[in-house]
Amino acid sequence: MDTFSIAGKTFTSRLIVGTGKYSSPSIMVKAHDASGAEMITVAVRRVNLPAARAAGAPRGPKEESLLDYIDTSKYFILPNTAGCYTAEEAVRTARLGREAGLSNWVKLEVIGDEKTLFPDNEALLEATRILVREDFIVLPYTNDDPVVCRKLEDAGAAAVMPLGAPIGSGLGIQNPNNIRIIREFARVPLIVDAGVGTASDAALAMELGADGVLMNTAIAGAQDPVAMAEAMNLAVRAGRLAYLSGRIPRKMYASASSPVEGLVGR
Amino acid sequence: MTIILNGDPHEVTRPLTVSELLSQLEIDSRRVAVEHNLVVLKRGTFDNVVVHEGDQIEIVNFVGGG
Repeated sequence: MDTFSIAGKTFTSRLIVGTGKYSSPSIMVKAHDASGAEMITVAVRRVNLPAARAAGAPRGPKEESLLDYIDTSKYFILPNTAGCYTAEEAVRTARLGREAGLSNWVKLEVIGDEKTLFPDNEALLEATRILVREDFIVLPYTNDDPVVCRKLEDAGAAAVMPLGAPIGSGLGIQNPNNIRIIREFARVPLIVDAGVGTASDAALAMELGADGVLMNTAIAGAQDPVAMAEAMNLAVRAGRLAYLSGRIPRKMYASASSPVEGLVGR
Repeated sequence: MTIILNGDPHEVTRPLTVSELLSQLEIDSRRVAVEHNLVVLKRGTFDNVVVHEGDQIEIVNFVGGG
């Protein structure tokens, strides 16, 4: 069976999915099931306190724990540091996520710009070094920059997770060549994280040689998230198979598929 | 006495353990992580760590995210 491992943990599914932006927990649960994913990302945030609740904050799904809806015997939980703008914030959040989730894995995000949500690479490297020293398994969300990916790897990252396009943009892989170059040099798993809009984007990421794809909005924001989750499941598998199969070279001109001899009337 | 709870002042009657604070707030301690004056607490220490006047407490849990 075609599996891949991060930091010694083996996964069969190469699709990693998020838990944000779903219209309801039940749709999220069905989408997770349809995706076939084994690893699920979550965010770490302050709890709603009774005072805020009494002051009229709406009671809703947020009041319940997200983990009420996730079968943790089936899914591996990957806490993120989304929304952190400094290495210090990201490190604090990672430490809290470790305690809340009882695993030492973290999807490390240190954002450098509000509008694009592009990473702050300098702070990302600093946070990676700190967390690796504290025995975290660090999966950094990064630019599609081969040099930065190499530096993260040298800093001890367990995988590199370059973006395909800005988070939530749905633009697809904007720089396929960079993903290919990162593939060529990376000695740790390469996960394309963010930017996927539809199934073909996920398939392309896999055809370029990614070990996996991480997505949230493309599924949660689709009109039918459960059907899109299944599409992504199939696309990731199709793209992986195509990558392993060795595609034909691109050519300028046609090359007939049917015999050129024995044509009737010649 | 006043503590800083998730960034805002919060009144409690006396120094109390983290477990007692969570219980007063009706928060299930199994579902959260707690930071006390910038130090993340191991779950097993909630009964022992005492919160004093002016202490900073952060209580977090998991929410949806990508």
